[in-house]
Amino acid sequence: MVAAISGAVFALGLVISGMTDPGRVTAFLDVTGHWDPTLAFVMAGAIAVHAPLVRIVRRRTAPIFDSTLHLPKRTGIEPRLVVGAALFGVGWGLSGYCPGPALVSLGTAAVPVLVFVAAMVGGIALARLAVR
Amino acid sequence: MTVTSLLRALLGGSLIGLAATIALLGHGRIAGISGTLGRVLDDDGGRGFRLPFVLALIAVGALGTLLAPHSFGAAVRSTPVLALAGVLVGVGTTLGNGCTSGHGVCGISRGGVRSIIATLTFMVTGAITVALVGAHA
Repeated sequence: MVAAISGAVFALGLVISGMTDPGRVTAFLDVTGHWDPTLAFVMAGAIAVHAPLVRIVRRRTAPIFDSTLHLPKRTGIEPRLVVGAALFGVGWGLSGYCPGPALVSLGTAAVPVLVFVAAMVGGIALARLAVR
Repeated sequence: MTVTSLLRALLGGSLIGLAATIALLGHGRIAGISGTLGRVLDDDGGRGFRLPFVLALIAVGALGTLLAPHSFGAAVRSTPVLALAGVLVGVGTTLGNGCTSGHGVCGISRGGVRSIIATLTFMVTGAITVALVGAHA
């Protein structure tokens, strides 16, 4: 239930902020053209809320419905991190979709979004096989 | 950008930060969409968080389509290009262990160096891509 509430609030935030409009996202990346800073304010708003709260939550020994906080253990800067992020950026710039807005937009059942999400899931499966 | 879209960006962003906090406080999970989707069916004790979280994202999208259809802008590229972009996003976020949410919001909020580097990287390659192919078809 709490997981569903988290997902619903997350999706509401994406819709309200305009991030489910891929044209607004590519306009944010269009720094040499008609730059639209909206996405920067979305990220700033999210970090401004989450950064202080995450410090409070981390003082707990455990979350409410689990026995431990599942925080990432990786700390190194490997080539894989940078190459992966670089490839993601190209796909993001091409489409205006990152995984969150793409999943929320799946609710429209529009064919271009269905194709994007299917290809994204295929890419995830492929990469998971490769790095296993 | 108008004052309205600025305020909506800040409000929507705050909700995203709140949602990430709910995920961490409730289930001890990072609200990173790519990782949550990629491991949605993994039988490692996290499915109870991931599956309802992903389904809620899609359900709110369906509800939003009925109530505020104009929130969903049209695709900016042809469908074959979107298919290529989807593969790149899937492979890239899996290799890089995160996307705009996991690295850009959650990781940066924790002050993670990996997330700062990843976020700068995907913003730079995203901007180069748009500089080369334009913001829309």
